Amino acid sequence: MTMATMNDALAGAHGKGHKLGRDLAGLAVILGLAVVGYLLFPNNLALLTRMTAIALLVLSLDLVTGYCGVATLGHAALFGTGAYASGIAAVHFGITDPLLMLACGILGGAVAGLVCGVVILRAHGLPQLVLTIALIHLFHEFANKASSWTGGSDGLAGIAPDPLLGHFEFDLWGRTAYVLGIILLAVVFALLRLVVRSPFGMLCRGVKEDPIRIRAMGASPKLALMKMYVISGAVAGAGGALNAISTQVVGLDSLSFTLSAESLVMLVLGGTGSLFGALTGTIVFMFFEDIVSAANPFHWLTMVGALLIAVVLFAPKGLYGTLAGLAARRREARR
Amino acid sequence: MSAIFEVRNLKRSFGGLAVTNDVSLAMAPGDRIALIGPNGAGKTTFVNLVTGNLTPDSGDVLIGGESVTRIDAIGRVRRGLVRSFQVTRLFQEMTPAEHVALAVLQRDGRAGRMFGHFLAMPEVMAEVAELLGKLGLSELMHRRVSKIAYGQQRLLEIAVALALKPKVLLLDEPAAGVPQSDTGRIEQALADLPADLAVLMIEHDMDLVFRFARRVIVLAAGTIIFDGSPSEVTKDARVREAYLGSYANAGHAA
Ligand SMILES: Nc1ncnc2c1ncn2[C@@H]1O[C@H](COP(=O)(O)OP(=O)(O)OP(=O)(O)O)[C@@H](O)[C@H]1O
Ligand SMILES: [Mg+2]
Repeated sequence: MTMATMNDALAGAHGKGHKLGRDLAGLAVILGLAVVGYLLFPNNLALLTRMTAIALLVLSLDLVTGYCGVATLGHAALFGTGAYASGIAAVHFGITDPLLMLACGILGGAVAGLVCGVVILRAHGLPQLVLTIALIHLFHEFANKASSWTGGSDGLAGIAPDPLLGHFEFDLWGRTAYVLGIILLAVVFALLRLVVRSPFGMLCRGVKEDPIRIRAMGASPKLALMKMYVISGAVAGAGGALNAISTQVVGLDSLSFTLSAESLVMLVLGGTGSLFGALTGTIVFMFFEDIVSAANPFHWLTMVGALLIAVVLFAPKGLYGTLAGLAARRREARR
Repeated sequence: MSAIFEVRNLKRSFGGLAVTNDVSLAMAPGDRIALIGPNGAGKTTFVNLVTGNLTPDSGDVLIGGESVTRIDAIGRVRRGLVRSFQVTRLFQEMTPAEHVALAVLQRDGRAGRMFGHFLAMPEVMAEVAELLGKLGLSELMHRRVSKIAYGQQRLLEIAVALALKPKVLLLDEPAAGVPQSDTGRIEQALADLPADLAVLMIEHDMDLVFRFARRVIVLAAGTIIFDGSPSEVTKDARVREAYLGSYANAGHAA
């Protein structure tokens, strides 16, 4: 080994240690925030659990938008399908074990991801964006019409999950659902860290920047994007299932254009292309929404708009992206 | 020797202009060919056509005797036909190490792996370090492409192509934009390639052409006007005329 390759090998090893540290830090932050949330808002665990479910949706969106460059305004299709899959499994098929319901949601989301992927990835750019909007409306309308299965506009009620692992009842305070959600989020986060740093994650970043270069390497951009869409569907489906299990009802709003657009707003707010960014955006947006809508129910949307404009203008990489960029620059300057 | 790569009667025109006009050629393993010709002669278009980046109007492309005319660009790469781009196509947000690692992993069918990190794969890193070392990019291995000089990006473009271990390698002006002091690295990297690899290099630098090629093909206005040994090419009347014509035109346009 020459001196240069030695140094590089060392740099590589160093980089790896650094990344592992960030993984553990990420998990610690999630669990730490979960504890703080529990202590600060013991009477509002339902909001925190909803936040966790939406965080899964935004993480899922980040996979296709942030990592692969596919802009979509229809991502709630995957979340809502997951929610309905687990709700229908419980109501119509008697699958009331919460972990099995979760599995149904994940599966449903993955299938929806496959379907959406097949349609969306046929187009590029603006037509692609229009397709995503068309899809979410189709999914919404389908769920509305299939009311014998979905309850239509009344929502799918009567979801009664068994105690978790046969022991932990889904109590009125929502503690069990909260803990389930946090564990789910932590597991998904850890798995996604693995995926985005794997050779496959690298391939997807390449697809985002230059699909022609990827093809010239002999890899198929489309196949990579399809795989990512299915993974993304599984993650969003898990979020949908969590929502179904914790609220015990699934409404058409879980399959709406509004939720799709909001999740994109949250992602941009936090910063695309980073799992931490997705989490930051969700937490900030949902707290902001909760606080501001309580303080001023008439103008809260205006305030959300103002916040978003401020972030896009002054921190175009999102809240987390901008802070991380500043920190990196400071670290470099100190060297 | 039988042809590893063959093009038969390739044609393509853009808006009535025949940019590739009935081009045929065959390459055998071990060939070192320089494809030269004035600006706008259709050299890059030829590469785009044979690699599947463009569709020909008519004609056939064969790799190892198999017709790949109806096979897409990806399939042709997998059959061993690899190109580099005249205008660098790299991932600005990625490092040279990531580029070469991705190429190596893809070549070995492991680019779809969803766990592990290439830095922790010693066999991949060994290849990455060797290839980048050969092209003088070791120091920049972990720096983002957007932060490295264009000349070095050109070298990385070649490293990516080599990492795919092609059977037929098409280099589109590999030395253009590379500082004179670094072109030696390209030559050395090419000299170190396996002897049975067939290489076709498009190049304007005639010194480089004469040192590299054992066969020179001249393309002008979409047609091959010369195919022979380097010593003959400068004596050929049609070649001189083509180049003089193009310089005259260039002078006229300016
Ligand atoms: N996609 C296209 N549409 C229309 N015309 C094109 C297209 N691609 C190439 N051409 C034209 O075909 C001709 C040949 O272009 P090409 O890039 O193949 O030349 P070249 O020999 O590689 O030149 P250079 O030495 O400058 O790289 C040019 O006149 C160019 O304008
Ligand atoms: Mg060219």
